[in-house]
Amino acid sequence: MNGSIRGQNLLTLNDLSREALVEVLDTAESFVEVNRRTIKKVPALKGRVVASLFFEESTRTRLSFETAAKRLSADVLSLAVASSSVKKGESLRDTIATIDALGIDAVVMRHQSSGAAMQVSRYVPQVRVINAGDGLHQHPTQGLLDAFTVRQVLSERAGTSGVETGAELFDGLKVLIVGDIRHSRVARSDIAAYSALGCQVRVAAPGTLLPSDIENWPVQVVNDYDEALEWADVVALLRLQRERGSGSFVPSLGEFTQTFGLTLARAKRLRPTTLIMHPGPMNRGVEIDSRVADLPSAVVERQVANGVPIRMAVLYLTVAGTNEGVS
Amino acid sequence: MSSDKQRQTPPGDLAFFAKSQLLTSEEVERALKRMAHEIVERNHGSPQLSVIGLQVGGVAFGVRIAQLLSEILGTEVSLGFLDVSFYRDDLHRNPIPKSTATTIDHDLTDRTVVLVDDVLFTGRTIRAALNALSDWGRPHSVQLAVMVDRGHRELPIRPDYVGKNLPTSLDEAIRATIEGVWIGTKESS
Repeated sequence: MNGSIRGQNLLTLNDLSREALVEVLDTAESFVEVNRRTIKKVPALKGRVVASLFFEESTRTRLSFETAAKRLSADVLSLAVASSSVKKGESLRDTIATIDALGIDAVVMRHQSSGAAMQVSRYVPQVRVINAGDGLHQHPTQGLLDAFTVRQVLSERAGTSGVETGAELFDGLKVLIVGDIRHSRVARSDIAAYSALGCQVRVAAPGTLLPSDIENWPVQVVNDYDEALEWADVVALLRLQRERGSGSFVPSLGEFTQTFGLTLARAKRLRPTTLIMHPGPMNRGVEIDSRVADLPSAVVERQVANGVPIRMAVLYLTVAGTNEGVS
Repeated sequence: MSSDKQRQTPPGDLAFFAKSQLLTSEEVERALKRMAHEIVERNHGSPQLSVIGLQVGGVAFGVRIAQLLSEILGTEVSLGFLDVSFYRDDLHRNPIPKSTATTIDHDLTDRTVVLVDDVLFTGRTIRAALNALSDWGRPHSVQLAVMVDRGHRELPIRPDYVGKNLPTSLDEAIRATIEGVWIGTKESS
């Protein structure tokens, strides 16, 4: 168990303790305030260089990581993979070596292969590696910002702030994760974060979209989806990942929507306070009805907005500080 | 769950062990009153005052000084809090300080800003604070009030208002709160 991400790589949420997670959430709280200022920039990473390497397409993650780095005053090297030597067949190792030769302090990396970020962290041990999504494995900052959004909304409702709440509101919180668990790195990071924070996590999905080793996960598989919707405090939907072949795991998209989509009729089972979350991009009409996505209890836009402060916190903690003096 | 306690003393953080008390809470209060009067006297006729307490130790002193100034002047004196963690120049050298909230709800342009902190030591916190302040406008002037000046400056920074001058050695530590001032040591808990 890792007690803090200070000065460490962030490759997965699986080995992070509750204290380490809360430290990131609390730090992000300070950055929410920075993002509200007229001058949304602090010099914490002045002179540091952050490379952003996205081998897989992304809008919100790449933009929010780069925004986060810039608001910390870091220089950002952004590699457009489509127009780079990667297209000429350059290996991951050589690409990293080339970028490292330019002198970088951190790499933010997304890759279609599980474990790619870990591999890179071995090539360049002196560079902090932040996983921005690797294959079916992990998407740590998404898990962090989801937990952050839950804490933010629930503590606002209670008329307090997230920092004051700490992690107590997660104790026994009922989280239901629905959809393509098998192909979802978001689900893996969410489950790691929520369970380490003390939530009860259940998953609902067609059998074909559950991973084969689900019994080893700290979750309970739901048999009655409708009943689980009534049970949940938070419903986290996942995108049906057609680019990973999810389409062939269900009879048809229509069938999936009928059985596991959050339709308007099904959303009526939710308590009005139950949070509806989605990591985006949403397939409106597939895993979520368009009208449900626009309900006041849907916090999808909040999740996107919290991307920048969470990623600022991660960059700040991993890159700015040494780990010396901290056991 | 004692998560609050854990947050206050994360692993590796140094805890303060008091050796002797140097000022009582009454003496602290008297020093604050004197400083408030000095601030009023010195800024007679200058632009509007803003009191900015530095997180975390300067907050309580900032609140009290703003109260005293409001009483003396008969008008509300603006108050804000500033966290300088993200502006420090020693981030690479030390464990990252825990960040807290900054709340400055007014533009500081053309105001007289009084920075308030508990202990003035190397001066690096104040340098960071001066950098941070420029993001909230261009003050007419910036002054510094501290409860304790313990010496050992590493930068050309001096306080304008001092509660108590306490010459210390480097291995000593000072704890200054509204409840009193103590000298002691910092050791890992």
